[in-house]
Amino acid sequence: MRRYSPALFVVFFILVSAGCTRKPGAASALKPTGFGAALVESSGGKQIGATGMVLAQPVVVQVNDEQGTAVTGALVEFSGPVGVNFDPPSGVTDSSGQFSTSVALGGMAGRYQLTARTFTKAQKPVELKIDEIALGYQQQVGFQLDDKYCARCHNPESSAERVSNFDNLAVKPHPFTEGDTLNKMSDADLTAIIGHGGPALNKSALMPPYGYTLSKTEIEALIAYIRLISDPPYHASGMVYAQK
Amino acid sequence: MQSSSPNTPSIWQTLFGHPVRAFGVVSLLLLISLAIAPAKNHFSEWRHYQKQYLALVRTRGDAVTLRRHFHDGIQQIWLPQIGVVDRCTTCHVGLKEASLADVSTQPFRRHPVIPHTSDQFGCVMCHRGQGAATTVEEAHSSTLAWEQPTLPARFVQSSCGQCHRAALSGTPQLNAGRNLLTKCGCVHCHTIKLADGSAIKPTDDPPSLEHVADKTTREWIYAWLKDPQAYAVTSTMPNFKLSDPDARDISAFLISNSTSIPGDTEPAKDSKAPDPTAGASLYGESFCASCHAVQNAAGNVVGGDVGPELTRIGNKTKPEWLRAWLRNPRVYDAETAMPHYRFTDQQVSLLVGFLGNKTDADLLANVHLDAATPEQIAHGKLLVTEYGCASCHKISGIKKPENFAPDLTRIGSKPLTQIIFLPGMAHTVPNYISAKIRQPRSFGAALKMPQYSFAPAQVDALTTALLALTDRAHDLPRALTLPTEAASNYQPAGKAGQLIADLACFSCHAINGRGGDMAPDLTWEGTSVQRVWLQAFLKNPGTLRPALIRRMPRFNLSDSEVTELTDYIMTVYQTPAFERDSMPSSGYPPAQVEQGKQLFYSKYSCQSCHIIDTKVDKGYIGPTLTQVGSRLNAAWIYHWLKDPQAMRPGTTEPNRNMSDEDSRALTAFLMTLKGSGKLEAKK
Repeated sequence: MRRYSPALFVVFFILVSAGCTRKPGAASALKPTGFGAALVESSGGKQIGATGMVLAQPVVVQVNDEQGTAVTGALVEFSGPVGVNFDPPSGVTDSSGQFSTSVALGGMAGRYQLTARTFTKAQKPVELKIDEIALGYQQQVGFQLDDKYCARCHNPESSAERVSNFDNLAVKPHPFTEGDTLNKMSDADLTAIIGHGGPALNKSALMPPYGYTLSKTEIEALIAYIRLISDPPYHASGMVYAQK
Repeated sequence: MQSSSPNTPSIWQTLFGHPVRAFGVVSLLLLISLAIAPAKNHFSEWRHYQKQYLALVRTRGDAVTLRRHFHDGIQQIWLPQIGVVDRCTTCHVGLKEASLADVSTQPFRRHPVIPHTSDQFGCVMCHRGQGAATTVEEAHSSTLAWEQPTLPARFVQSSCGQCHRAALSGTPQLNAGRNLLTKCGCVHCHTIKLADGSAIKPTDDPPSLEHVADKTTREWIYAWLKDPQAYAVTSTMPNFKLSDPDARDISAFLISNSTSIPGDTEPAKDSKAPDPTAGASLYGESFCASCHAVQNAAGNVVGGDVGPELTRIGNKTKPEWLRAWLRNPRVYDAETAMPHYRFTDQQVSLLVGFLGNKTDADLLANVHLDAATPEQIAHGKLLVTEYGCASCHKISGIKKPENFAPDLTRIGSKPLTQIIFLPGMAHTVPNYISAKIRQPRSFGAALKMPQYSFAPAQVDALTTALLALTDRAHDLPRALTLPTEAASNYQPAGKAGQLIADLACFSCHAINGRGGDMAPDLTWEGTSVQRVWLQAFLKNPGTLRPALIRRMPRFNLSDSEVTELTDYIMTVYQTPAFERDSMPSSGYPPAQVEQGKQLFYSKYSCQSCHIIDTKVDKGYIGPTLTQVGSRLNAAWIYHWLKDPQAMRPGTTEPNRNMSDEDSRALTAFLMTLKGSGKLEAKK
């Protein structure tokens, strides 16, 4: 045994020094200097991003006190479902009471609910939920198709760079986020109306058929995209397999 | 053995006692050791997951089907021709089960819908990791025997790029990264060779510095070198973090090294200050904003990105240079993407006045440079050579350095042992690449790579594009790699060819595979349009699509130039698919015309996107058709209606699978829409 003791000593020393070089966690270094009563979203909610990728806009939240004025130096912590990454995950608000973080969504397509948290003077947590959408490969293809073929009429939002045709149509198309209407339509109905135009479902002929322009896979991708962005969220009807 | 005395028991006996007992112990040990392998197998991770999967499946509606699809034991995808031995499906059992879409626990999730199946390419082609491993740790992580851990989801599009060289609609991040790679100057310094041996070529066009003293001042160069983004936020010039003396010396060298070319400056003829509002409206009428952006008061950059941002152009250019440039940019730079507008003296003065006022008083306020000494100039030259400025810019007397920066041909598979990581950084290639792009000099203050101003998403996009450059991408069977479309170097001939180059038509229009995508492809323009219309349009481009803010500018062409261009387009840019004049431009029977009108408004409801009567119709996705009968040829309309994508690939007009009769009737109707005004009278 005695022969090994110097070797053991060396191993012990390495372990200890390795332990010492580890830096203390970033969160513990943050000392809030202010405390708020409410948390509001400034920008960055309801973005449409892609799986695993950083959202185009940072998520910005603001901490306010009881009077609604911005609080500087309040601690804000972000958390989200598995796979979501925040950079930085926590920090204190700046001079305008805001805290900004860039968000990378998880690897599965779907909706992600993020939680921002701050603490009142009494250490009571105040929470804010923020929804983001991650497009997978299929939905991504659908998004591109929507952007090229559909959005000019179906999206009422207009900008100087891209004028919407929505207001010019005698029969108004449904925006793809309009879950109240679109969620009631089956995949087969959507396939029919995209492929054969409005008249396929006794609707307006202003909606042209795309069955000779888009492939079957493309139409499936478009529907997958429409289903994902619908608000309220779409739940597939039919047999429900999950027991819990 | 012989040395031990008979009284004292031998080591053998001390250890095992009586031989019979020893035999028993050894047999037992043997039995136990024989049981280790089956026990390890029984308690293995993958069996645990397979049991969990069966438990999960049991509770579901289609349990019987799922159970039937399930195969017990280690599963393997073996594709010898592409070197794939993947056992991932041993644990990831439900990958192909469409009905498991709602299951969110790993490893039982269904694979998201992609164009390939695991039987074709396996798993590690896209996800990396150790395919042959059967434990989570070994398969997913970096181990002593295996360097490449699985790829984080945010970079997974890089795997598509191993085979697909052309842009894919499902991989926007990879496409963006590849664009940045060629647009932000990376490949000026770094060599990137593709599997077919060709090198990635830059698509940006950094200005030549041979005559820079004619264009700008030493003070501006100094301020620009110190912080390019302070002058223009959209600038792709990186920040070299130069010290004040270094920036002073480089600016001294560049100015002293610059030569003059005759005609690149032009003094003002009258000292009268031009009317600023007239200048602004000329800037608008000439559609300068189609290519050039300006930052507005709110900080938003508005305008195109073909040319440089003009927010503070007055700080940069000397008025005498700007005057000559606006007169004819090709004198200073023969290859520029800027068209040669035929501006009048008065128009040039208006624009010089308008652009000269676009200044920022703070930009050069603190720049005071003394006259340069020969030592400073010599030191500046040394710095210019050291920093490799000539990799991007043409500088007289300095050769473009070869292999200035590390070759990135196989950067995606760089062995970890060849990488020096920063303390506290996870040892993976994606981490290294993105850290290097984000802050190159954090890896050593003496490194030459400059600081870029990329947003986080851009860093990820670039990392994705670089991660696609793997060993696998080079070693795959040739049949599997899908190359990009070969870049076309199409050059129109003769006088018209010179005109097309002079007007920089390719900056916006594509012809025969060469050119931009801002404006319509002109490859078959000669079949499409009528001569009279084309002539009038070139003279004074009118509005075809009211919703577009980027439009064809008026170049003030002379009559002979218009005729030259029209002749060339009408003769050369013809489709071989059909005869242009095979259908008459008028004289269709009224009944057919009426039928066409009915079809237009009812069956095909074309009015949702096109306007034929400005009083009734409102749709403006497609071009206005009020005078389509004087603009397009009947045969073109007929064939376009039959199959728009065949006429112009990628057009948004849907294919309606129209019958011959319907498209004939619609053509007859559209040809009656001749418009009200006389085309040539409009000026």
